[in-house]
Amino acid sequence: MSVAHLVKSFTLWEFVKAHALTLKYFFKPKVTINYPFEKNPLSPRFRGEHALRRYPNGEERCIACKLCEAVCPAQAITIEAEPRDDGSRRTTRYDIDMTKCIFCGFCQEACPVDAIVEGPNFEYATETREELLYDKAKLLANGDKWERAIAANLEADAPYR
Amino acid sequence: MTAFFQSLGMNYEWAWFIATVCGILLIALPLMLAVAMIIYVDRKVWAAINLRRGPNVVGPFGLLQSFADGLKVFLQETIIPSAANKGIFILAPIVTFTVALGAWAVIPFDAGVVLADINVGLLYILAISSLSVYGVVMAGWASNSKYPFFSAMRASAQMISYEVSIGFILICVVLYAGSFNLTEIVVSQKGHGLGIVNGYVFNILLFPMWVMFFISSLAETQRVPFDLTEAESELVAGYQTEYSSMSFALFWLGEYANILLMCSLNTILFFGGWLPPVDWAPLYYVPGIIWFLLKTFFFFFMFSWVMATVPRYRYDQLMRLGWKIFLPISLLFVVLISGWLMFTRYA
Repeated sequence: MSVAHLVKSFTLWEFVKAHALTLKYFFKPKVTINYPFEKNPLSPRFRGEHALRRYPNGEERCIACKLCEAVCPAQAITIEAEPRDDGSRRTTRYDIDMTKCIFCGFCQEACPVDAIVEGPNFEYATETREELLYDKAKLLANGDKWERAIAANLEADAPYR
Repeated sequence: MTAFFQSLGMNYEWAWFIATVCGILLIALPLMLAVAMIIYVDRKVWAAINLRRGPNVVGPFGLLQSFADGLKVFLQETIIPSAANKGIFILAPIVTFTVALGAWAVIPFDAGVVLADINVGLLYILAISSLSVYGVVMAGWASNSKYPFFSAMRASAQMISYEVSIGFILICVVLYAGSFNLTEIVVSQKGHGLGIVNGYVFNILLFPMWVMFFISSLAETQRVPFDLTEAESELVAGYQTEYSSMSFALFWLGEYANILLMCSLNTILFFGGWLPPVDWAPLYYVPGIIWFLLKTFFFFFMFSWVMATVPRYRYDQLMRLGWKIFLPISLLFVVLISGWLMFTRYA
């Protein structure tokens, strides 16, 4: 053990240096986002809670092609469909099991009419598991609720697609 | 206080009894409050050093966080493992908590403001802090579970090792003060440094002793970097692994009461207790208890600061530091200081 090392260890030099550094950090501004009151900016591509969109005239976009059901790697989507009275093909059932969903975004990639999308909402925690088994009504309601944000995001992301 | 209760028409014995009970409550209740607040301060300091915010939701600035935690813990179920030794298992947190409170009897908060002004206050504190290892050992043993048991073994070895050097460090202070009484130790520090500053820490012979005492008190209270007893990566949560609800809370409170005790001992033994830092008349208008609390709080800040800075020691490093470095150095300083006093004070 050299003399310099001895002096260093007996004056606790490393500790003094370390504490000076942490004291500097103590007075630095804090980086934590004050979450419920402050939120991070989200990318237009953010994949959050699902929504089924409508056309501006109120007609639902989904044509029951079942591409999303086919592409879903987690098999979270269940669709049943039959022709409607006016002859158009629509879903009678469109369920997403949000507990299975892995938020890969394949459903919105597969959709030919931009009907199923993943919106910017990520704060949909529920108290029971059953509430996370979304049906068509819930998805359409989401679509109505988030339409403005979703449309803006789709438009912002369009040049890159 | 005894005289006050006597003036209400009690005889001396009853007045003394009631005055003592009141004194105990006057120390224990604010202490519990202080422990709750100090846990909050602890978390805030770590958070600030980690560039986080820390608890800031419950109450203004998160001040009520500890009370919310306390309520949560209080409402939980006390689980007693079926393999545990039930009596000792329940007794262990009670022992820890009682012992942690008991040591406060001799701590002088201000001139004359002390519950038991006994002549061997320092010995009493040494004895009590040695007793506190029993709570840990009982908890580890009675849990009948391997990690708490390992933890208890570590804790007992660690506390015994560091109490040896703490003993020698205290002897250095006692040699200078000429008394085991904590009040007299504080009074003897008045103007100790060149007649200007109060406190033994400004003595060149006692400064290294203070550094060692501070490090030993970290080890004695099992704080980082000596928290091997609850090394999460190795021992789950240490000796309190099997505890839940109030029994866990008692360990928690006891641990922090012990930390506060060690902070106040640093204050009393080396930083002049309730005396202002500088021996200058206007500073004496500030009540002594405020100086005492300020200094104790400063030491608590240092405890948290160390915790946020230093990584955990390995067990062999801990033992090496205790036995091969602290013990010889503190012994050397006992010799040095007694020799110095022999030539200067008693020649």
